[in-house]
Amino acid sequence: MAETVAEVTVRHRDAPVGRLRGAAEGVRAYRLIAGMWIRSTLAYRASFLMTALGNFLATGLDFVAILLMFSHIDALGGYTLPEVAFLYGASGAAFGLADLVMGSMDRLGRRVRDGTLDTLLVRPVPVLAQVAADRFALRRLGRITQGLLVLGYALLTLDVHWTPLRALMIPLMLLSGGAIFAAVFVAGGAFQFVAQDASEVQNSFTYGGNQMLQYPPTVFAKDMVRGVTFVVPLAFVNWLPAMYVLDRPYPLDLPQWVAFTPPLVAAGCCALAGAAWRAGLRAYRSTGS
Amino acid sequence: MRLYAIVAAGGFRRHTTYRIATAAGVFTNTVFGAIMAYTYMALWSVRPGLGGYDQSQALTYVWLGQALIMTVAMMGGGFEDELVERIRTGDIAIDLYRPADLQLWWLAGDVGRAAFHLLGRGVVPLAFGALAFDLALPADPRTWLAFLLAVFLGVLVSFSIRYLVALSAFWLLDGAGMAQMAWLGGVFFSGMLLPLNVFPGALGEVARALPWSSLLQIPADVLLGRHTGWGLVGAYGFQLGWAALLLGTGRLLQAAATRRVVVQGG
Repeated sequence: MAETVAEVTVRHRDAPVGRLRGAAEGVRAYRLIAGMWIRSTLAYRASFLMTALGNFLATGLDFVAILLMFSHIDALGGYTLPEVAFLYGASGAAFGLADLVMGSMDRLGRRVRDGTLDTLLVRPVPVLAQVAADRFALRRLGRITQGLLVLGYALLTLDVHWTPLRALMIPLMLLSGGAIFAAVFVAGGAFQFVAQDASEVQNSFTYGGNQMLQYPPTVFAKDMVRGVTFVVPLAFVNWLPAMYVLDRPYPLDLPQWVAFTPPLVAAGCCALAGAAWRAGLRAYRSTGS
Repeated sequence: MRLYAIVAAGGFRRHTTYRIATAAGVFTNTVFGAIMAYTYMALWSVRPGLGGYDQSQALTYVWLGQALIMTVAMMGGGFEDELVERIRTGDIAIDLYRPADLQLWWLAGDVGRAAFHLLGRGVVPLAFGALAFDLALPADPRTWLAFLLAVFLGVLVSFSIRYLVALSAFWLLDGAGMAQMAWLGGVFFSGMLLPLNVFPGALGEVARALPWSSLLQIPADVLLGRHTGWGLVGAYGFQLGWAALLLGTGRLLQAAATRRVVVQGG
């Protein structure tokens, strides 16, 4: 029964006019659902303040660990503290944006398992918007704030000859980077249609990817750098654009214009993730409970 | 006693059900282990011997951290959510008139869970680390036994902290804030991000004296052969002392909380 509903929903959204309208509907629905969760969160104010602060501190711990490392050394992988902070802040803020908007995608597996996804399928609202806005967690502002603070610290302390192009790289990193991470969240959600309990695999690419990007690429084995450049293109979030800003060579001998491609890569990732999502939704079989 | 053994076995069996989730977790631990291993290699290549570890000991520490992260629940989880939910909904009243002690009941279940996570989530990441990197694993089986005992005591300390967190729901109703604060302590002061003996000065002294150092730092140092003879006894004593203190506090808090429970009937 739910399967046919899913097919109908998908067919409706695949129609050319319907898709554009669907996107607008999706954004509107997302805003409404997220707004509802924000009101619900603010009902327990003390707990919200504690969790937002906790989110801020929790993400900050990574940076404290980096600071502790730099209390013993002057450079890690040849990068100074302001340079590492630049990588950290850019990746952290971009990831924070994606986490705020799409972070609820990792709950999809649970919904598939307990059958509550069926409820979402019969509502006249795009499923992606419903899943993404589900339990919208305002506390994740803590992560964005923390990333931006570290980025601010880096910008104040970096010894860089700023040009308009270099300055442009910063908003470009945050927006394209956020889109790339969001695509990873959506692709991870699509994967959960197939492997319901495997939501933790997604963490390797989201949280794990973020942690990796916080360090200079020179630290890692070439194969790992190749993996995040060509397979899951996380290197486009901050590494490649930052190499241009910091005027550093990339370990893989890529031409310099690659630093300007993150918006294209982000668009490609989002298209692929969207296709994966639709394929996943089409393959969905209800548990029947 | 037999009852608690059954509860522990149940805790073990319950977690064996989630096979795909376990495999996914092993994959993720392995990815994080690899990322951290390279950052540690970069750090220890600049400062060999940092914190008294050589590079292979530092790498061993990374992989032990990934292997134990679930076993000693460094990031929380295991049972608190469930207990908090029972407190919030009032189901706790049913638990309180069961002919079993509340704290021992949850402890037994958590020990069973930890045993499963040690096997299911611990062995593969450590084996992968040992294959892919040059680790300093001991050959002496007695060191491994000493390590297992330290891990068990670490589970006790970890449980006693998480039990206190869960009981706070009697007063706060929503456990999320407390759980997050405990998460911070667990992640930072367990030494999961960076070994506690690399923490500089007074911060290091404080970090090593806090209960969270029982979760990873002490078991890792036991396996790396840094606690032997009386030093080993002292390390166990440190873990046992914190476990006794925190479990005792848990009992007091439980008694106070139980007096607050009002069954609404109906």
